Amino acid sequence: MSYWILALFQAILFVFLAPLFSAWVKRVKCWLQNRRPPSLLQPYRDLRRLFSKQVVLAHNASFIFRLSPYIIAAATLLAAVAIPLLAVNLPTAAIADVIVLAGFFALARFFLALAGMDIGTAFGGMGSSREMTISAMAEPAMLMAVFTLAMVASSTNLSTVIGVMLNQGMVLRPSLLFAFLSLVLVAVAETGRIPVDNPSTHLELTMIHEAMILEYSGRHLAMIEWAAQLKLMIYGVLIANIFFPWGIAEQLDAASLVLAFVAIGLKLMIIGVALAFGETLMAKMRLFQVPAFLVLALTFSVIGLLSHIILEIS
Amino acid sequence: MQIDNALLITGVLLLPLASAIVALLSDARPWLLRLLVFPLLGLSGLLAVWLGALSLFHGLAESFVYSPGLPWLHWHLRIDSLSGFFLSLVGIVVFAISLYGPGYAREYVHGKQPLAVLGLFTGLFVLGMYLVLLADDAFAFMVSWELMSLSSYFLVSYQHQHAANRRAAFIYLLMAHVGALAILLGFGVLAGFGHGFTFELMRQAPLGLMWSSVAFTLGLLGFGMKAGLVPIHVWLPEAHPVAPSHISALMSGVMLKVAIYGFIRLTFDLIGNVHWGWGVGVLAFGSITALYGVLYALLQTDMKRMLAYSSVENVGIIFIALGLSLIFFGSDLPLLGTLGLVAALYHSLNHALFKSLLFLGAGAVIQRSHEKDLERMGGLLKRMPWTGGFFLIGCISIAALPPFNGFVSEWLTFQTALQVDSLQSGVLRAIIPIAAVVLALTGALAAAAFVRLYGIAFLGKARTRRARHASEASKGMVWAQGILATLCLLFGVLPSWTVSAMSRITENLTGYALPTASAHGWLWLTPVSAETASYSAPLVLLGVMLAFLAWAVVYFVLRPSGKVKTVRDDAWDCGFGPLSSRMQYSATAFSMPIQRIFSSVWRLREDIDRQPEKLLPTEAASIRYQLQVEDVMWRWLYQPVVKMLHITVRRVGRIQTGHLRHYLMYSFVTLILLLWLIT
Amino acid sequence: MIAQLPIYQQAILLLASLVLFSSFALLAQTRVVAIIKVFAWQGGLVAITTALVAYDTGQHHLYISATLTLGLKALFIPWLLLRLVNKMGLNKEAHTVEHPAMLLIVATALVIFCYYVVQPIEMLSQSITRNTIAISMSVVLLGMLMLVSRNKAVSQVVGFMSLENGLFFAAVAATHGMPMVVELGVAFDVLVAAVIFGVFFFHIRDSIDSLDVSQLNRLSELDE
Repeated sequence: MSYWILALFQAILFVFLAPLFSAWVKRVKCWLQNRRPPSLLQPYRDLRRLFSKQVVLAHNASFIFRLSPYIIAAATLLAAVAIPLLAVNLPTAAIADVIVLAGFFALARFFLALAGMDIGTAFGGMGSSREMTISAMAEPAMLMAVFTLAMVASSTNLSTVIGVMLNQGMVLRPSLLFAFLSLVLVAVAETGRIPVDNPSTHLELTMIHEAMILEYSGRHLAMIEWAAQLKLMIYGVLIANIFFPWGIAEQLDAASLVLAFVAIGLKLMIIGVALAFGETLMAKMRLFQVPAFLVLALTFSVIGLLSHIILEIS
Repeated sequence: MQIDNALLITGVLLLPLASAIVALLSDARPWLLRLLVFPLLGLSGLLAVWLGALSLFHGLAESFVYSPGLPWLHWHLRIDSLSGFFLSLVGIVVFAISLYGPGYAREYVHGKQPLAVLGLFTGLFVLGMYLVLLADDAFAFMVSWELMSLSSYFLVSYQHQHAANRRAAFIYLLMAHVGALAILLGFGVLAGFGHGFTFELMRQAPLGLMWSSVAFTLGLLGFGMKAGLVPIHVWLPEAHPVAPSHISALMSGVMLKVAIYGFIRLTFDLIGNVHWGWGVGVLAFGSITALYGVLYALLQTDMKRMLAYSSVENVGIIFIALGLSLIFFGSDLPLLGTLGLVAALYHSLNHALFKSLLFLGAGAVIQRSHEKDLERMGGLLKRMPWTGGFFLIGCISIAALPPFNGFVSEWLTFQTALQVDSLQSGVLRAIIPIAAVVLALTGALAAAAFVRLYGIAFLGKARTRRARHASEASKGMVWAQGILATLCLLFGVLPSWTVSAMSRITENLTGYALPTASAHGWLWLTPVSAETASYSAPLVLLGVMLAFLAWAVVYFVLRPSGKVKTVRDDAWDCGFGPLSSRMQYSATAFSMPIQRIFSSVWRLREDIDRQPEKLLPTEAASIRYQLQVEDVMWRWLYQPVVKMLHITVRRVGRIQTGHLRHYLMYSFVTLILLLWLIT
Repeated sequence: MIAQLPIYQQAILLLASLVLFSSFALLAQTRVVAIIKVFAWQGGLVAITTALVAYDTGQHHLYISATLTLGLKALFIPWLLLRLVNKMGLNKEAHTVEHPAMLLIVATALVIFCYYVVQPIEMLSQSITRNTIAISMSVVLLGMLMLVSRNKAVSQVVGFMSLENGLFFAAVAATHGMPMVVELGVAFDVLVAAVIFGVFFFHIRDSIDSLDVSQLNRLSELDE
């Protein structure tokens, strides 16, 4: 029973830390660009304000438009529940393995894209079309990287994978290096960061994610924004805990849990800095260069897979 | 209550026959259709489901011998769990059709085509499928296979006023017979070694690797042609869309599965001793088929044609799973082979459910809006809320999203593919994950394709007047879709129960069950072991509900105290004035980025007609863009064959001199040759 | 299994996979300058691997090979090529890679094919780093693929050099290097080849006004 309570606690922690993580990324970005950063609590204030605002629907909006934010938020939340944040071997991790996780993201994306098309504006359709195109290329790259991990650990369960990584000691695995690189690129594409998409733009020709949610307001918008922040954090935690699992709690006593909390906090801070650096150094690329970016991710994961099979087994 | 099994089977077979016969009278009395023809069909469907359930859960396995006329040719029928499973799969869809049919056929009551033809051949078609599943000798199998093919040919050509429909039906007939020939030859090989046409004798046939490979290849060709494997799929996207929609549902949803059944029966049961090399071939064909199908589905604007290409894709997925199964069985890893086989069976079931659902929905849309083209639909969800809702469930299921059924079977296929570590051969270890990635790419593209289908047809604003005036389909039609949609959810949420039922089939077929899959109770699906992978669909569904609740709580905590009303207003139009329905993204526009990325896959004909502005010729007053997508296989495979055929025929034609003497000489020479041969 | 190997050998395997990646990267690059830089990195990686093998096996003559590789493949030849490219004003030139996805598929298939071909040899070989043979053979074949798929002379030269990298890598991995004489000879050959190629570039450009070798078919006597 205590396992389930801890899992619940972890999920709540996940949800409430997600805005903080994006605030951190924004803050580092501001520092790097010589701007004054907003408070770390700003995303919380934004969410609160959005939740209290009136919802304005387009005349044409159907029930899909009203349902989608809930499904997007629920699917993303479920994904967060299934990921080991503080401790491995929690029962919630068994609900969904890493392929189901990809399925949750796909579910959220499906409804996001439908919501984009629901009003019948050109922006919405454009955003949906681009989102589905990019994800169609990103998902194979992600799954191939995940397959490599799964073959290294002989499991697709995240808990088991992290456990194997934690206990293998010092091993230089070429496959892990390439799977890591591939997952980083995929994470950038899937969370809509520079150079694939820009989360802070509202320029017609460049936006992808923002184009789909242009018609949302009030609590609907708040849920979608929150889900986007959650997704960013999920990818951060995934990369941090799979490739750098040190610090995650294997026993459920207070000391190791606190240690795990500090460790994941530090890891996420470092990832945030890296992300901000990347976003500052790079410019957003043209839409038709994104496939080249994702082919690079695919190449990384192909080489990861091949080097696992050729170099690591036997 | 104990009912004689023979009676049950007779009932299943006689009811569609009775329905067909009654349908003959329905031209003068259309009410017969509603009151007798379709109910009889539905009853046969229910009986088939029951029979299938008996064989699955009570281990019913019996053989029967019928003697229909010809004294030395008895028909051997047999039901076991494999045929029972497929029988109930057919039964479910037939039952849904029987609810759907009366409402749908109303359109044809005052049409030019006789209703009798529709009813007659529907009945015979269903009968043919039942018989194929029950047949226990090659003779009965082939006769029922032909019955199935021929009656569906007449259904495809039902609306024969259009030349395109006649052409589609002809191609279908032609390829169905080439396929049947291959199957016949495959059975011939088995019968030759087994000294008899019954499946029992064929099972014992002592085949070497070469001859079993020949039989397998012929079977793959024949059944693959019916199932729609690339490159022998070309009849499918032509024939399925032009049939009446409930027939399309039967053809795409069920008839393809009958072909899959034939393939499984031949490979795993009759040949039995499989070789891993076959699996590699099947895997390669399956991967190509899946990717090819989904890429073509993405560019179609005809709703039913798009669904037909998506059937090609799904057949590819089933064959990927079958290929994995063959590889593992051939490498002496029967448990993993069983897992692959279960994944294939599961996906067959799922595809039967959601593809029939989608075709029924498409039929309802086409009947109510009189539009087939996606570019002329839009906003239908508000006009047809029930159909729209069920169609959405179909789209989610086919796009393989949790917790619906399509996801489970793809997940099982992935899990099978990831067990490559057990294989000896390094090359296989490298190839199989890459096939799995092709499957992932297929899944992602399928999601894009179905967002496009649903978003363009059901969401946004109506693009034409007809779409604006569409109305909800009749009650029966909605119910039929509702049943299938419920089943999609049910089989998605209860996978471990379904898998343990299916492992009974594999146990009977290959001797291996899948004890690990549901070892942790009905909540958890653990195909290999709990450490390797686990998925709990019921908890995911519960989780979605809890997450809804959680967000509601967050909202109630954060919302202000006063009552906030939701208001409706115009959408953002950039200040240019009201948005019209023509400003929406079209289906072609939606798939344009993908079209540009994968441009070499299709044969595209793009026509851009640009009318310049009168005063300012650099600006366009109007641009018309037209896109035609042609299946490249026509050009690569079929046109060369046709050309060669023409050349050969012309050569052979030279002996047709027209002189009577020459013809007499041919007979003369033949006679002498024959005499020389027999001495 | 990799986990049982000592850390140096793990590092060698890691470097082998990076060399393989550099071959893929060569295939996908569109800019001439980038191609040469990736090639330099590949040379550097091969040199480091050689040094590691030398350290791991205690064969000191491999240090000389490593230094030679580093000097020639990673520094001198790239420098020479870059200078040539700058002199000829090709540094801005980008050429299209036709069907990049197709190229990726073919390259993957080639690697699997190499693995398939090498497997029987691996069974016999006693060498600890035998799996790298498959990788080095892939590098050779990918170099050939680059020769086939490109139509600019500079990229073809780089493809050829990368092919040579693969051969050298195979020698290091399989037999811990060739005899010193052979190695010196090969290194000298490559050097001379690079110089001659450089001279040839000018000649090709003088005669057909471009380094696009697909233009060379104009020299054919068979006019259609």
